[in-house]
Amino acid sequence: MTKKRKIDVLLHELVPKHHLLTKEESQKLLEKFKISVIDLPQMSEKDPVAIAVGAKEGDIVKIIRDSHTTVKFVNYYRYITKEKV
Amino acid sequence: MSYSFSRTKMIEKIKFGLLSPDEIRKMSAARIITADTYDEDGLPIPSGLMDQRLGTIEPGQRCQTCGNLVSNCMGHFGHIELARPVIHVGYAKRVLKVLRSICPECSRLMLTDEEKEGFRKDQVKHRKMFFEGDEEVARLVFKRARKAKVCPYCGAKKKKIIIEKPTTFYEEEEAKGSRRITPIEILERLKKMNDNDLRILGISPENARLEWVIFTVLPIPPVCARPSITLDSGIRSEDDLTHKLVDVIRINQRLRENIDAGAPHLIVEDLWELLQYHITTYFDNQVSGIPPARHRSGRALRTLTQRLKGKEGRFRSNLSGKRVDFSARSVISPNPYISINEVGVPQDVAKILTIPTNVNDWNIEEMKQLVLNGPHIHPGANYIIRNDRRRIDLRYVKNRKMIADILAPGYTVERHLNRGDLVLFNRQPSLHRMSIMAHEVKIMDGKTFRLNLTVCPPYNADFDGDEMNLHVPQSEEARTEAELLLKVQEHILSPRFGGPILGGIQDFISSVFQFTSKDSLYNKKDTLKLLFLGEIFDSNPDFSLDDLKPVISDPEPIYSGKQIFSTLLPDDLNIRIKSKFCKKCEVCEEENCQYDAYVVIKNGELITGTIDENSFGAMQSNSILQRIIKDHGNARGREFLDNATRMLLYVIRQNGITMGLDEVYVKGSDYEVIRKILEEANNESEKLIKAFYDNDTKVLKRAPGRSMRETLELRIRQVLAEARKKAEETAAHYIGDEAHSVIMTKSGARGNILNLGQMSAVVGQQAIRGERINRGYSSRTLPHFKINDLSPKSRGFVESSYRNGLNPEEFFFHAMGGREGLVDTAVRTSTSGYMQRRLVNALQDMVIENDGTVRNSDKNIIQFNFGDDSVNPQMTDHGAAVNLDVLLLKAKSLHVDEIREELKKLPIETKSVVKEEKVKKKPAKEKKTPKVEEEEIDEASLMKSYEKETGKNAIWRGKTTKGYLDWKKEKMG
Repeated sequence: MTKKRKIDVLLHELVPKHHLLTKEESQKLLEKFKISVIDLPQMSEKDPVAIAVGAKEGDIVKIIRDSHTTVKFVNYYRYITKEKV
Repeated sequence: MSYSFSRTKMIEKIKFGLLSPDEIRKMSAARIITADTYDEDGLPIPSGLMDQRLGTIEPGQRCQTCGNLVSNCMGHFGHIELARPVIHVGYAKRVLKVLRSICPECSRLMLTDEEKEGFRKDQVKHRKMFFEGDEEVARLVFKRARKAKVCPYCGAKKKKIIIEKPTTFYEEEEAKGSRRITPIEILERLKKMNDNDLRILGISPENARLEWVIFTVLPIPPVCARPSITLDSGIRSEDDLTHKLVDVIRINQRLRENIDAGAPHLIVEDLWELLQYHITTYFDNQVSGIPPARHRSGRALRTLTQRLKGKEGRFRSNLSGKRVDFSARSVISPNPYISINEVGVPQDVAKILTIPTNVNDWNIEEMKQLVLNGPHIHPGANYIIRNDRRRIDLRYVKNRKMIADILAPGYTVERHLNRGDLVLFNRQPSLHRMSIMAHEVKIMDGKTFRLNLTVCPPYNADFDGDEMNLHVPQSEEARTEAELLLKVQEHILSPRFGGPILGGIQDFISSVFQFTSKDSLYNKKDTLKLLFLGEIFDSNPDFSLDDLKPVISDPEPIYSGKQIFSTLLPDDLNIRIKSKFCKKCEVCEEENCQYDAYVVIKNGELITGTIDENSFGAMQSNSILQRIIKDHGNARGREFLDNATRMLLYVIRQNGITMGLDEVYVKGSDYEVIRKILEEANNESEKLIKAFYDNDTKVLKRAPGRSMRETLELRIRQVLAEARKKAEETAAHYIGDEAHSVIMTKSGARGNILNLGQMSAVVGQQAIRGERINRGYSSRTLPHFKINDLSPKSRGFVESSYRNGLNPEEFFFHAMGGREGLVDTAVRTSTSGYMQRRLVNALQDMVIENDGTVRNSDKNIIQFNFGDDSVNPQMTDHGAAVNLDVLLLKAKSLHVDEIREELKKLPIETKSVVKEEKVKKKPAKEKKTPKVEEEEIDEASLMKSYEKETGKNAIWRGKTTKGYLDWKKEKMG
């Protein structure tokens, strides 16, 4: 059996920048949009990127990616959900 | 004045659950025992299925339960006591899952306490966040509990439970084999379950204990849910549900009798199963595994599930798609003289559709006249609503004069639809928002809705018998919204790409092409006529014919079509577009194009170029219409389109466009040339085929990644396509540039060169699935050919032209190819329709909130910024916020010297103006503010001193007191 080579997914060119928000930053974001965490788009705790950034359930990850319509960077925030197995 | 009599109540909550046997008995108005409906006299049998306690359907009869008449009695449920319990089909799956995860002996969930606690916590957490149970957790519980072999509480061994669809359960033990679990046993087990276990499984013990899913009592729906129909012949025909219920009751009765008589076990079992079958089909007659219950005629019964499900079900047909009042439907026909904002409505329709109008001091005379006209003379009225909300039907009023006289402010008149009213106009399929637009009504003779030709593309309408719907908005709010958002002119620019979807179509394109070509010249009389039709004198009162400089002034002034067309354009329009018939020369000569294919509009004047589809057509980017709208707004765009089409209509009427067979008749030497081209192509393919059989790779060089056979096909297709192209060119040359058919193709009005070539020269290769025709008999397409004949003729190459006619084999191949096209479109529409439905259902309630986020109905964020840039695509220039080319052009067209002159003057003026303003403003402010403050301070201090002196309040309840005022008078004088 060949050993699985460890790859840092964050370095892959197709993976947009992920950024784990701190407690204060999360709070600020939620206040800005006047929402609770569950209103954010969701992402699995077992998502390879979530593992790489070290995000746990309830954390918010900021995703910065190029958009097709804008030259500017766009932020996407994801709320991490726990996988139930 | 107006007082609402309606009471509104807030819905606090809605609870969904199952009916328990007790609840069923409690809400039951009658216990049903007899399977019969009516006796010989046609009276409902007491305790029968049509028992009068279940509500009435007969008009004039009072309900025995609530005492109301038909209109007010909403019906009452009854019940039957079942002799043996029966399982509800819809819950069989859930029952199976639960049975598998509980202990057969003690009915406890086969999980340890710690596991249960964990799952319970998960459920509670989820419920706190989402206000509903977590199905994910419930799924896991089932999965986990199923694995247990032995009950952790009583130590009983778990048995394997198998379901035999739809409602029979078996228990399997390795030693003993399988044994049927009767519904009685299932009921017992479920009854024993404890509340907490149920909760963990995602079942609410208060609202829906699972044992309620097994019927011991069956509710009977009220009569009004299953009305019987009396046919013309006087025969009563019962509803499908009643039929089914008759079966249920009859079998139930027999089962009970047999049990009571102590019949053998086998017979009871059989009857029980039959009862289960009837109740199953009563709920759902399309359960797999059992035959559907049928009517005597052999038609499958339409039972409960069938009533709700699918396109014709209650939801899609009666709730999402209700029929509406204040609407009309008719055939549409064209009328180029009405504006795109208008719709022609027949008088017959206008006399039925009404608009409620409030009577007030300003319109009372008008309304009186309408009432006098009554319901049968057109601008009239159908109803009056008095201020005590009583409705008077003018059809039955003998003396309308009297009614008109009592009309007073506060009354409402439901007047006929009239000129200028806004209505919504719609054509199915409503695939985009432009499928429903608001039009102004124009009353017209005839019986069809009239439509301007240029609004055909957004509706995708034509006049081969199309019908369209019309809706009349009834409230002021709806009308305002229609005016501002739904009018046709607001939809000239498509929200898809920000370009116009309206524009000239078909003959308008041919017309504008002829009109603006180099040799179109008009004398003074015609020019004036055209200008009049284009409403130039109305839209531009300063315009006079002297402003146009005639191209020829001797012997009489002659104006060019380009000049006349230019009068329609706004003065600051600047465009450069290549025409559709641009020959795409290597070096573009631009303004000096020898084909006049480079359109230059400078400051609203068409300088060179012939206008064609690219600059005037519908769905064309960067066209004249788009530029006008971007600079001057929708109203000006509408005006241009209306005026231009009216002008062009006159042009095409003068010119005339027609096409006959002789136009595509190629004869003489050119015909010989075409024949020769085809012959050469035939020889060429012959050579290739020979090379294929000889395996001669020099002649037939194998294409990369393909077999020799594939290469041969490829090469032959190439050769034939080339030949067709050449033949087409020859024919096009022969037909020339002046033929009307060529004008149509060249301007882009209709058809293309290929169509012309097929008509005049050669139809070409017929294909199925992108290949030459190769199906039919073994190794040949038709018996007319030899086996393995690969020649063009035998594989669907049609050498004839449509004009000359196809020979039988060619005709057959042509039909094969044509069929494929038809099948393709049929398949495409159905699949894309389904896809559309799914998409719309998924996206329909998303909304852009005030903070720019896109959210769904739960207020979850879908997108943080609409489209990532918050740009409305309708307002863009093909997706881009600015079109630099156009801006540049605009800048270039300005007169530099004039601007310099202006700039020289401007700074001095503006500066002085600004200074003056500043000087004026400042002192004014200074003067004003201190004055007020002084007064206020004065007043306040006065009040204080008054209060000190007298000990009374100067201000009491927000008003200065009388005492203070007197004191002030005394002091100040």
